[in-house]
Amino acid sequence: MATKIKLEKVTKIYGDRPQRGLRMLDEGKSNKELHEAGHPVGCVDVSFEVEEGELLVVMGLSGSGKSTLIRCFNLLNSITRGHLYVDGEDITQYGRKQLLDYRRRKVSMVFQHFALFPFRTVTDNAAYGLEMQGVSRDERRAKAREALELVGLKGWEDAYPGQLSGGMQQRVGLARALAVESDILLMDEAFSALDPLIRRDMQRELMQLQQKMRKTIIFITHDLDEALELGDRIVLMRDGRVVQTDTPEQILSNPANEYVRRFVEHVDLSRVLPASAAMVPPTAVVFERDGARTALHKMNEVDFTVGFVVKRDYTYCGTIGIDVVERAVRSRAQTMDGLYEETPPIRLDTPLADVIAMVATWPFAEAVVDEDTGKLLGIVTRTSVLTVLADNVNNQADDGTDEASGPAPATATSAAGDTEVAA
Amino acid sequence: MNFTVPKFPLAKLIDNGLAWLTEQIAAVTHALSAGVGTAIDGLTASLLWLPPWVLIAIVVAIAWRTAGRKVGIWSAAGLLLLWNLRLWDATVATFTLVLISTFIAVAIGLPVGIAAALNQRVRKMVVPILDFMQTMPAFVYLIPAIPFFGLGVVSASVTTVIFATPPAIRLTILGITQVPEELVEAADAFGSSRWQKLFKVQLPMAVPTIMAGVNQTIMLALSMVVIAAMIGAGGLGGEVWRAIQRLQPGKGFEAGLAIVVLAMILDRITQRIGQRKY
Repeated sequence: MATKIKLEKVTKIYGDRPQRGLRMLDEGKSNKELHEAGHPVGCVDVSFEVEEGELLVVMGLSGSGKSTLIRCFNLLNSITRGHLYVDGEDITQYGRKQLLDYRRRKVSMVFQHFALFPFRTVTDNAAYGLEMQGVSRDERRAKAREALELVGLKGWEDAYPGQLSGGMQQRVGLARALAVESDILLMDEAFSALDPLIRRDMQRELMQLQQKMRKTIIFITHDLDEALELGDRIVLMRDGRVVQTDTPEQILSNPANEYVRRFVEHVDLSRVLPASAAMVPPTAVVFERDGARTALHKMNEVDFTVGFVVKRDYTYCGTIGIDVVERAVRSRAQTMDGLYEETPPIRLDTPLADVIAMVATWPFAEAVVDEDTGKLLGIVTRTSVLTVLADNVNNQADDGTDEASGPAPATATSAAGDTEVAA
Repeated sequence: MNFTVPKFPLAKLIDNGLAWLTEQIAAVTHALSAGVGTAIDGLTASLLWLPPWVLIAIVVAIAWRTAGRKVGIWSAAGLLLLWNLRLWDATVATFTLVLISTFIAVAIGLPVGIAAALNQRVRKMVVPILDFMQTMPAFVYLIPAIPFFGLGVVSASVTTVIFATPPAIRLTILGITQVPEELVEAADAFGSSRWQKLFKVQLPMAVPTIMAGVNQTIMLALSMVVIAAMIGAGGLGGEVWRAIQRLQPGKGFEAGLAIVVLAMILDRITQRIGQRKY
């Protein structure tokens, strides 16, 4: 995949004389000192890249600079220093006309409190971006209706935003952003103002839409669960700086420092870790052509009461219980054909929480199969699940002892296992 | 020893300044006088050309449609009473003066208000001037109006405009500056130009507040038009002024009542116009 957006040391300082703020920053003054001098710090030296079609979540608590940062992507905030490249063009160098054009066509935004125009109908709200593009009235209304249908608002075209519930209003906000068919979608705490149930629905629908559209999405949130649910990768921010950029799993299992660790410690690991984390190499593998005695031997060897039946090329067929095999031995069955059950396997990304429920009862183990090839990759057993959960919990407890971690956050970027703990 | 600090000749300076200014801009004031005078006289004449019951029917219909049945019925009763009291001509004259003064006040107030709302520097200049205009006793404006425009409706209308414009400006500023920041951001985020942002987002959002300003302007214009009777505005104010000079409390009350009726009808109608329908 190609790089869509590249941030290079993006720094934003508020106030009337931001250049003075920059100088103070370079002299090593703290955020607090800058704030007191009248140069509040938005974000500092933020660098990362966003792949085309990626859903990147920027997460942090309030005051971490995430809202400042997202407003740099469409220059609602001017960038004090640094560069932001979109498709290789430095948008900080844009003139007024180029900027308008960029905002009209390349990037659209969804706001925390919806920011709908109360005096326009739902359709005319959704058509606003197209109106700015200069699209004719009929055409933009038709496109707006399509977008509204996409977000499930068919039948509400002529209503006013004030007549809609919060969740529906945000759908209008989403439709307005989708209607312009921009490559980049900026979502600023888009679901934070919604109640939890509606929020879940919206998250799920966004994921479904994203499967179809494959837009480049920057999603801001303060909610870790939301970040883990949505993000292909997560950028964690604190005091205007990036603390860690990683996949959800890496952030959880290898927090870059104490701050990240604290952030993630309340997460239910089993919801986040995939089955692959607890997968072990396959044992008790029985070939379809194996005779009953061979099968029994293989299962007894590893003390399993279940066997995983595969074809020669390891294509998964199903499971077979030891009682069935024992009966087959008595009847001298020559193959396992027709004896095994076609138990559905689990996938690499099935959440551990779901796996726990499965391995809690007999046969205490499940097959993990590659979604595309259908081949057996490994198995997850009750023991392997418990082990991985226990390990992660211990890791967190260990890190928790060094409370005196300094203020300077270490920045760890991707690379699995590359754990840095700020001393 | 008796020191007396000589009085600073502010009054004299202003008098001289005005005298000089009167001469310098005589051409402008005369043209303005002719223009505004013609407009007022023309409108009054054409409204008076209509039979009173036709005009009453029109006003009642507007009141009924915009403000509901109750206001419609009370408007009809009030206007019929005025007609009966033989105050019709005076009422129409006052109404015309209010209408034209309000029109000019809004025509000035709206652009100035917009400029002040969008530009901090303009706002810092405009607001003290508004404070001055509103706190200076209204009578004071009457005096220089006479050398500029002579006795009559034009002077009355000019002083009325000066007195009634500030709320139009103030509430336009308020209406635009109180548009939620997120809506302005949304307009920007989708690539609105400055003008698009103003006409498609800021002004529509400000309409109810601006209309409240227009309502205030009308009310102030009405009160000033009465005071302006002292410099020959005529109309209902003229009736009141005459009653004062002749010590006729009954006549004065009749004319006062007519002003109240006119004020209430104008107020109820304009209050409703700006209200949101969504």
